[in-house]
Amino acid sequence: MMKTSLITAAILSVSFAGHALAEGTLDAVKARGIVQCGVTTGLAGFSNPDEKGNWEGLDVDVCRAVAAAALGDAKKVKYIPLTAKERFTALQSGEIDILSRNTTWTQTRDTQLGLNFAGVNYYDGQGFMVSKKLGVSSAKELDGAAFCIQAGTTTELNLASYFRQHGMSFSPVVFDTSDQTAKGFDAGRCDVLTSDQSQLYAIRIKLEKPDDALVLPEVISKEPLGPVVRQGDDQWFNVVKWSYNAMLNAEELGITSANADEMMKSNNPEVRGFLGLEGPKGAGLELNDDWAYQIVKQVGNYGESFENNVGMNSPLKISRGLNALWVNGGLQYAPPMR
Amino acid sequence: MKYDLEPTLPAPSSTTGVIGWMRRNLFSNATNSIATLIIGYFLVTLLGPALQWAFIDSDWFGDSPAACTSGGACWAFITYRMDQFMYGFYPETEYWRINITFLIFAVAIIWLVTDKTPYKGYVSIFVLFIYPVIAFYLLYGGSFGLEVIETHKWGGLSLTLVLAIIGIVAAMPFGILLALGRRSNMPIVKAFSVIYIEFWRGVPLITVLFMASVMLPLFVPEEITFDKLLRALIGIILFQSAYMAEVIRGGLQAIPKGQYEAADSLGLSYWKSMSFIILPQALKMMIPGIVNTFIALFKDTSLVLIIGLFDILAIVQAANSDSAWLGFSTEGYIFVAFVFWVFCFGMSRYSQNLEKRLQTGHNTR
Repeated sequence: MMKTSLITAAILSVSFAGHALAEGTLDAVKARGIVQCGVTTGLAGFSNPDEKGNWEGLDVDVCRAVAAAALGDAKKVKYIPLTAKERFTALQSGEIDILSRNTTWTQTRDTQLGLNFAGVNYYDGQGFMVSKKLGVSSAKELDGAAFCIQAGTTTELNLASYFRQHGMSFSPVVFDTSDQTAKGFDAGRCDVLTSDQSQLYAIRIKLEKPDDALVLPEVISKEPLGPVVRQGDDQWFNVVKWSYNAMLNAEELGITSANADEMMKSNNPEVRGFLGLEGPKGAGLELNDDWAYQIVKQVGNYGESFENNVGMNSPLKISRGLNALWVNGGLQYAPPMR
Repeated sequence: MKYDLEPTLPAPSSTTGVIGWMRRNLFSNATNSIATLIIGYFLVTLLGPALQWAFIDSDWFGDSPAACTSGGACWAFITYRMDQFMYGFYPETEYWRINITFLIFAVAIIWLVTDKTPYKGYVSIFVLFIYPVIAFYLLYGGSFGLEVIETHKWGGLSLTLVLAIIGIVAAMPFGILLALGRRSNMPIVKAFSVIYIEFWRGVPLITVLFMASVMLPLFVPEEITFDKLLRALIGIILFQSAYMAEVIRGGLQAIPKGQYEAADSLGLSYWKSMSFIILPQALKMMIPGIVNTFIALFKDTSLVLIIGLFDILAIVQAANSDSAWLGFSTEGYIFVAFVFWVFCFGMSRYSQNLEKRLQTGHNTR
């Protein structure tokens, strides 16, 4: 599925790459007074509508941060739900300004579709979930096991190559949707369920006895997910990239939505630079000087966003893992704001 | 000697009442008895737990999954989000606009389908020409002091109804014209109709929607952006009118040739003979086919979920991915199935009623 959509998008992009807007996206966004943001049609923790119809999630927070930086109001976002097949066309044709729809950063997408990835807001990877009864603690012990897999994804290919590499065998049990995969695992049709780790946690909640299932530590593929913009509009690319970097830097500097006002009094030059009191301010980005303050005040820092949407304050309870800040042994690292 | 007649005895108890009915209908011979037992076994073993799950052990209200303690169906998932399933992302303070729009429509339709209500002609003109304008301004806004509600906020059952009603109402006249065109003697009109019908019938609706949503924006200049809902609607109408045309053509072909000749011999023009003699008979004859197409269209509207429009099915699926409410997909899908069933069954019953009412007696039943 992913492959066909890629090929279609690639063919299209041959004739439409660099199909840039006459005016810059930032100017268009300011004139319109709203950021158009492409999101999923519903993915737990990343982007889904709550019962009041407000969008929430880790990917949604990137859009809100950009709106806070560019327009001073995180609510000024128009969410356009897109399916996996439509997403790149919607961005290329100018229907949306940012695509924040758990999209994996790959060479093909970055170089052939006329797109730019503005960062990685979630380091994902394919993982395994097993029943605790199995008494397994590592993927290396899974030789000969039956795997529940969702059809039409790259999951099966990754699994096959991992097992071949380690000289082990497996038998696949293929299901059509993620719901069915979860039911299959529940019913004992397979020993192991494999999918992207962020999905495993969402599936685990759907199980009859979530506590009996265990997500193994091994990750067998790289899936860096991040916001995407059109190629050829560096100004807007910078705005999106630095809006996300500001969320990371805020966490590193200990600035949260709760203490942002208090931090204004800080003597730390890095904090003052972040809040736009000194340093580069907003000039280079063509934004207001308090753009980063607005992000952290209205949306929060990356840590807050992570914990509230997918982490320990959410039902998903995903641990930070690779997504911890570099100072805590993770991969999330933003260049300094000075 | 006894000469008076014996009083008539009541029929044996084994042939009357419940037992008699069961003997006649369920256990009339060995094969039927076995079939009854097998089906009865499945009904008891399946229906019992299903009812237990859906009604006895179920929780109907609550604002979190914690409210579902009985172990059966958690209908709280549905009732808690009912507003969203009905109105999508429409702002809560503006729900009245959707309510009024559909209320006017419902009243007008009931007026039209009820026997012996006066001014049917005026009401149909209102529904076909004035109502769409009112509905547009009510739903979309932008005039008369109403706030603009962009179509990306529309969703739920109201979006399903908008797609289905506009699709049905617009496809009908196009379908009639195409059917007449296909039977026309004018070569260009005929060729156009045939090509149009065969083209649109030859592609799946999902392809049409996908083209409208994904390809079309790439071929027009960037300043022109068609609304996504409008694109989907145009796709549905183009597609549906081709199907409608073929159903109506079936009706036209079933009219005996004598009717055409009679109309001609009265000196009626083409349009007069069509609208007074041929079409009324053809449409009446094709009611089952037309309603069948309507029902198919109503269910097809759920395909818009592949282009990211939140009809009732898509919005239930999205609600299903709310991390606070994971794991209630069964309840969600049963609810959607029930909503679709209610509407389709309603249409089907009305068409049967209409058939009986318009029955003028060639084939008495």
